[in-house]
Amino acid sequence: MSFDRSRRRFLVTSAGAAGALLVGWRAQAQDDLPYLGARFAPQQLTDFVRIEADGAVVIGARGCEVGQGVKTGLPMLIAEELDADWSRVRVEQLSYGYIEADSGPGDRYGDQGASGDAGPTAWTQLRQAGAVARWLLVQSAAQQWNLDATTLRTESGFVIAADGRKLAYGDLAANAATLDAPASPPALKDVSQFRIIGKPARTVDAREVVLGRTEYGIDSYLGNALVAVIARCPYPGGALDTLDDTQARQVTGVHCIIVLPGPKSDAAFDGVLAAGVVVLADDTWSALRGRDKLKIAWKADPAWAKDSSAALEASANALLDDDANATVVRNDGDFAKAKKAPRTTTLSARYQLPFLAHATAEPPSATIAVTSDKVVLIAGVHDPAGASHLLHTLTNVPREAIDIRLPRAGGDLGRRLHNDFVAEAALIAKAAGVPVKLVWLREDDLSHDFYRPFGVHELTATLDRKQHLTGWSHRIAATPRNWRDAQLAGKPVFTGLLDADAFPAGLLPNFQQLFHALPCGLPRGDFLGGAHAFQAFAAQCFLDEIAHATHQDPVVLRMDLLGAPRMLRPGFETGRLAGVLRIAAGKIDWQHKPKDGHGLGIACHAGDGAYAAHAFEVSVEGNDLVIHRAVCAIDAGRVLNPLNLQAQASAATLIAVSATLHEAITLRNGQVQQRNLPDYPLLRMAQAPHSVDVHSVDTGADPTDFHDIVAASAAPALVNAVFAATTVRVRKLPLMPELLRLL
Amino acid sequence: MPDNPFRRTKPEPVPPVAASAREKTLPLRINGKAFFHNGDPEMPLLWYLRDVLRLTGTKYGCGIGACGACTVLVDGKAEHACMLPVKSLAQREVTTIEGLAGKDALHPLQESWIAEDAIGCGYCQPGMIMAAAALLKRKPHPDDADIDALPNLCRCGTYPRVRAAIARAASAPVEGKK
Repeated sequence: MSFDRSRRRFLVTSAGAAGALLVGWRAQAQDDLPYLGARFAPQQLTDFVRIEADGAVVIGARGCEVGQGVKTGLPMLIAEELDADWSRVRVEQLSYGYIEADSGPGDRYGDQGASGDAGPTAWTQLRQAGAVARWLLVQSAAQQWNLDATTLRTESGFVIAADGRKLAYGDLAANAATLDAPASPPALKDVSQFRIIGKPARTVDAREVVLGRTEYGIDSYLGNALVAVIARCPYPGGALDTLDDTQARQVTGVHCIIVLPGPKSDAAFDGVLAAGVVVLADDTWSALRGRDKLKIAWKADPAWAKDSSAALEASANALLDDDANATVVRNDGDFAKAKKAPRTTTLSARYQLPFLAHATAEPPSATIAVTSDKVVLIAGVHDPAGASHLLHTLTNVPREAIDIRLPRAGGDLGRRLHNDFVAEAALIAKAAGVPVKLVWLREDDLSHDFYRPFGVHELTATLDRKQHLTGWSHRIAATPRNWRDAQLAGKPVFTGLLDADAFPAGLLPNFQQLFHALPCGLPRGDFLGGAHAFQAFAAQCFLDEIAHATHQDPVVLRMDLLGAPRMLRPGFETGRLAGVLRIAAGKIDWQHKPKDGHGLGIACHAGDGAYAAHAFEVSVEGNDLVIHRAVCAIDAGRVLNPLNLQAQASAATLIAVSATLHEAITLRNGQVQQRNLPDYPLLRMAQAPHSVDVHSVDTGADPTDFHDIVAASAAPALVNAVFAATTVRVRKLPLMPELLRLL
Repeated sequence: MPDNPFRRTKPEPVPPVAASAREKTLPLRINGKAFFHNGDPEMPLLWYLRDVLRLTGTKYGCGIGACGACTVLVDGKAEHACMLPVKSLAQREVTTIEGLAGKDALHPLQESWIAEDAIGCGYCQPGMIMAAAALLKRKPHPDDADIDALPNLCRCGTYPRVRAAIARAASAPVEGKK
């Protein structure tokens, strides 16, 4: 494939088997190009469809598959407009596509991040890519039959003439490859014509996964790569004090020891996350034995040396008590005046959320080969464009010579948005002059993460004498999410934690949101649920408290707040949130209050055009919480793959349940206290509900990513159910230790 | 062939060493094949499988037997490969996920896993399947409590579908029986 600048389009050249057809979005002029929404200038899409001479349809999957189903879902969009036979389509993962175009550097395939298969850009771009391929095949058939192309139709891999004659795509591919692309995008199907979108499709990689053949980043080998493990500084922002590696060097299989300096103090985390001492060895076991023999003294960054969770909690509460110098996020009406209104009831509560670690199933790892003019990276990443940019910065190799392969990744939850492990691997490979496979151990992963921020929320509500909500105040003291984050530089301090439009914003006349920044040296990052989950936990638990305190039904209270169905603002229709809330209540049989120590809890949240509600039925038996039923109702626009929607909604629910029950990262003496999984208990089979009853509303709106919203309503619904079952209100997570303390 | 740093190397298990050299090596049987390990006898089976044999279906998750990602069968029982030094495996039969399927057919659990689409990111699933295989060997018709007792962790929360997959495999007609 070559890029002909003068003609501003991609030229198809033969590739692979004879007669292979490579088709992409081959625009004639820059003006035709769809906006890709990536961090670089818009670029063409190409190479999504290949039709082999034997008729096999191969579709390229552009997104990073981290378990969210993009490797199945995105190719479905292409296959739909191509009118391929999905059961015979073969999906191939695309590497990261970088292109130097007239307008500057760009992403050849569009957004290759891990965002859901419902991304609005994917919805349009990938269907167009399929439609262009189909258009070429139809033109090819029209030429062969000498018929008008508009009289032809397509179905499951064939072009069909009005008289019933058929030509297989495989037989048309060679000629189609010689045709010029359409001057403007061909029309897309009407939804009533969909044969693939909206039908359940299983994970395309399933067979390889169950056979143990899937190569994750940690399973890859390049050349004679040596295995690297790193002893990292346990103090955030700390540095190496003294090192004695005499014994480590003597371990059989150990090749060399390399010192990696940490990030510059207070600079953005745009490379490695921590100072470290690297052991390079023939295999992982030798590297680990070498690491055990290192004698290292670390020095803490004086600014954070005394950080502790107890001190953070005290500081957060002190900030909320003083309430000075807060950043105003939103201020509608006059909350202070609402509080002073006659016959007003004021309710208030504080909720505390701990730091969370991602603890992805596959810990960070990266396999890399670096020479003076080429880089190959194989790693489970989420931001390959960022990795490409970073590798260029670190190696000075031109970006077009940086080959980033995107294996299936063992989970993400936001961890892989950061390329710190890629930076480590590149620096080691450069220093050692050999290909390197960097392996993080679980201990490394739990103690060196970009954690979900810690925060204390204070919610205050005012109600008039008829128990109607008149005012709402949400104040947060939290460790800012955007601290030392290059991508969020210059954004407000509350970014990623407090969303001015979050429910119930806009539904009450007096509404305020205030943010207090809590300094702490731990790196912070996105975690499934993002600002939605962080905020909705407090808001949805508090609504439950208000309902109980004022003898109102928690569902009715929310419905009253939502009021008549209307578009409150773009992306938030009150009727759609009421809709999912009604479904969740119906499916859990809300009116029928269970007895025998069982309790029902409910919560809902909306954002980014997605709406979700959860309801749980739980009981406490001994020291265990038993989740008898879990219901999730979701409205995220058009459902592309019902099977994946069920899977993803269930997964987001259970990941949120896991985080709620037991997970917390704590600090003491400036260090993370959790070492390995026993200190950071994840949800187990015995604690999980036997099923998550997922109900989706397909309103036909354009699809949108729903993972964060689903994760947001799950945790408060669970905590509300615990209250219903026990009359114990848990306001501090993780739930289980706090519940057992209060019971 | 000159060494190419970008060359992708696929599993090339170390061939059995000559009989004369066997005295100093450790005999291992993995997926029905004989191997002789002449490295550190303390090396955990996990790293031997992954780094030496390049059988990477057995995953690293915690290294302390807490997550189950590295579950293999040793003489038919589920064990954590990260906790087994290779020296403990002489004369024992190890089966990894790569050796679970028959020659012509997948293991019923692999079939049921696909049928129930019990895949999240998929990373923990080989270990999960091996643990379930050991369970079905021990108890062909497990009840809920048996499945609850599976210690394997799945960060993606695929537990409901894993449960359904095990139930499906357990109720599937066994070949040769009607």
